[in-house]
Amino acid sequence: MFDTSMTLSDVWFLAQGAWITILVTIISVFFGTILGIGFGVFRYQVGPWWGAPVTFFLDIFRSIPLLIQLVLVNAFLGIVLRLQISGFAVACGVLTFYTAAYCAEIVRGGIEAVPQTTRRAARSLGMTWFQDMRYIVAPLATRVALPSWIGLSLGVMKDSALVYVVQVTELLKSTQILITRLQEPLFLLIIGGLFYFIISFPIARLGGYLEKRWSND
Amino acid sequence: MIEIKEVYKSFGALEVLKGINLTVEKGEVLSVIGGSGSGKSTLLTCINGLERINSGKILVDETEVHAKATDLNILRRKIGIVFQQFNAFPHLTVLENVTLAPRKVLGMGKAEAEAIAEKQLSHVGLGDKLSVYPGRLSGGQQQRMSIARALAMSPSYMLFDEVTSALDPQLVGEVLDTLKLLADEGMTMICVTHEMTFARDVSNRVAFFHKGIMAEIAPSQAFFNTPQHPETQAFLSNIR
Amino acid sequence: MFSYTFQWNQALNRLPQMLDGAWVTMQIAVLSMVLGVLFAIMLTGFRLSGNKILSGFATTWIEVARNTPALFQIYMAHFGVASFGLYFSPIASLLIGITFNNAGYLAENFRGALKAIPDTQTRAARSLGMTPIKAFGYVILPQMLRISFLPISNQMVWAVLMTSLGVTVGMNTDLYGVTQDLNALTFRTFELFALAAVIFYVIVKLINFGARLLAARLFRY
Repeated sequence: MFDTSMTLSDVWFLAQGAWITILVTIISVFFGTILGIGFGVFRYQVGPWWGAPVTFFLDIFRSIPLLIQLVLVNAFLGIVLRLQISGFAVACGVLTFYTAAYCAEIVRGGIEAVPQTTRRAARSLGMTWFQDMRYIVAPLATRVALPSWIGLSLGVMKDSALVYVVQVTELLKSTQILITRLQEPLFLLIIGGLFYFIISFPIARLGGYLEKRWSND
Repeated sequence: MIEIKEVYKSFGALEVLKGINLTVEKGEVLSVIGGSGSGKSTLLTCINGLERINSGKILVDETEVHAKATDLNILRRKIGIVFQQFNAFPHLTVLENVTLAPRKVLGMGKAEAEAIAEKQLSHVGLGDKLSVYPGRLSGGQQQRMSIARALAMSPSYMLFDEVTSALDPQLVGEVLDTLKLLADEGMTMICVTHEMTFARDVSNRVAFFHKGIMAEIAPSQAFFNTPQHPETQAFLSNIR
Repeated sequence: MFSYTFQWNQALNRLPQMLDGAWVTMQIAVLSMVLGVLFAIMLTGFRLSGNKILSGFATTWIEVARNTPALFQIYMAHFGVASFGLYFSPIASLLIGITFNNAGYLAENFRGALKAIPDTQTRAARSLGMTPIKAFGYVILPQMLRISFLPISNQMVWAVLMTSLGVTVGMNTDLYGVTQDLNALTFRTFELFALAAVIFYVIVKLINFGARLLAARLFRY
C-alpha cells in the first residue's frame, strides 16, 4: 500500500489543491461571517415578520444541494449574463452566502440567549442601542455562538470539496486526478482524507472544549 | 425475611457502612433515621443489589443478594424500591409506567397488567389519572405513581428511600398516608425517612444510623421516649 | 433584460423524469436514515460498553464521519475499498457513504442526548427487575430519540442534499443524476438545474413539515 509511484511533483500538485481548499474556506468564512452577522442582527432587530424576506432568501442556501447552487450560479453568470468570471470567484461567492445563511442562524441564537433583563439593565444605565450591542450583547452572544461557528467553519471547509463542479481544483479534486493517473485509490484517498482530518479534528475538539467550559459557568 | 450480616461498604476511600447487622421480619415496618451521609440510603440500594458490598452478606428470603449465582433481575421482582427523586418514566402515561415492568419483566398480557395497574393506581388515589403523562402530575402524585409502579410487581418487600424529601411540604401528607395504608395492610417495609411522626406512629421499630454504624435500634415508642445512645439523644433533641 | 432567452418548457417537459429521480433520491435518503439511526444506536452502545476495542471502533467511525467531507466518504466506499477487491455499484457506494455519515453525526448527537437523561432513570428501571438491555430499550432509548428528534430531522435533510453527490461515482438515476444527464442532452443548464433546485426545496420543506407533524403526534408528554 505504501509502495507508491507517486513523485515529488505529485505531492506538490496535492499541496496546491490543499492550498486552494484552505484559501476558498478562509475567504468564504471571512466574508460569510460578516454577512451572517449583518443578516442575523437585522433579523433579530426587525422581528420575524419584517425579516421574512431575508429568512426566505437565506433558507434557500440551506435547502438545496450546494452542488446545485454552484452549478446554477455559474450557469446564470456565464450563460445567462455572459460574464467572464473565474470558477474560483463563483466558488467563493456561493460559499460566502452558504456560510452567511448558517451564520445568521447562529448569530440570532446567540443574541436570543442574552437575557432580556441584562439588556434592560444596560439600557437603564443610559447605554445606547449600539453600546448595549457592543459591550453587553456581543461578548455574551459570542460565548454561545463560538462553538457552533467553529463547527460551521469546519463544515464549510469540508463542503468546499464540491467546488470542483465549477472547475476549481481543490484538494479532493486533485486527489481524484492523481487516482485516475496513478491507479492507487486507497493510498491517495487516505492522504486526502487525512489532510481534512488533521485540520478538522483538533479544531472540532477545541470547539467542544469551549462549549463544555462555557456552559458550566 | 431480610438478614443483613456484618455488611461493609465503601466508595473509594470513603467508608459508608461499617459492619451493619440487622434482621427485618416479614410484616414488620422499620424506619431508619440519621443524618445525611450516615449510610442509611446506601443500605437500601445494597439490599436490592444496585450497589455491591465489600464484605458481609445480605439475605433476602434466604437468597444471598451479592452471590454470583443470584439472578438479581429475578430477585428484584420481590423487592420494590421507591427513591427520593420521583423517577417517573416521562415518555409513558401513568398507566404505561405501571404496566411496563409487569409486561416486559414478568411477561404478563396487556389486559392482565392493566387490571393490576388500575387496581394499584386507584389504591394510591390515582385512579382518574391513568392516561395522563407524569409531567402533568404534582410531585406527590408522581411519587404515589412510583409506589404503585413498584407494587404492581407484587413485591414481598418495599424499600422507601426518603420518598418525601423532594416534595413541597403540603404534598408530604398524601404520600405518607399511602405508606401508612401499606403498613396497615401488612406490607414488610424499610423506610429511610426524616419524618419523625411517621417513624413513631407507623413503624414497629426504629433504627438510628450514625457515620456508617447502626447506633441504636428499638421499638418505636421506646426509641423516642427513652433513647439510649448519646448520638440518638443529640439527634432527636436537634429535631424537636 | 437578458440577451439570453429562457426556455422553461425544455425543462418542464422533462419534469416526469426528474420526479422519478426525486423518488429515487427520497428512497436513498430514507434508507440511509433508517440504517443510519440503527448504526448510530449500535455505535452508542459500543461507546457505553466499556470494551476498549468496541468503543475505539465507534470513536474512529464517529470522528472520521464528522471530520472528513461526505464526498470523501463516498469516494472511499466506491474507489477506496476497491483496493481490497470490493466493488460497490454507484447506488450502493452512495448509500454506504451517506449511511456512514448519518450514523457518525447521529451517534455524536445521541451521546449528548444521553447526558440529558438522569442516571436515576436506569436505576429505577433496573430496580423493577429489568435487564440492562430492557432498561435501555424501554426507558432510555425512547427518551433519547425524543431529545434527538430535531437533529434527526435535520440529518434527514442533509441526507437528501447529500444524494446529489452520487453523480461523482457515476450515479444517474437520482434527481441530480437525471438532471445532469438531461443537461448533456439539451444544454439547458440553468433551466434544468433551477427546476431541480425547486424540487429539492419542496422535498426539504415537506420533510420539515412532516417532522413537525410527527413530533406533535409522537411526543404528547
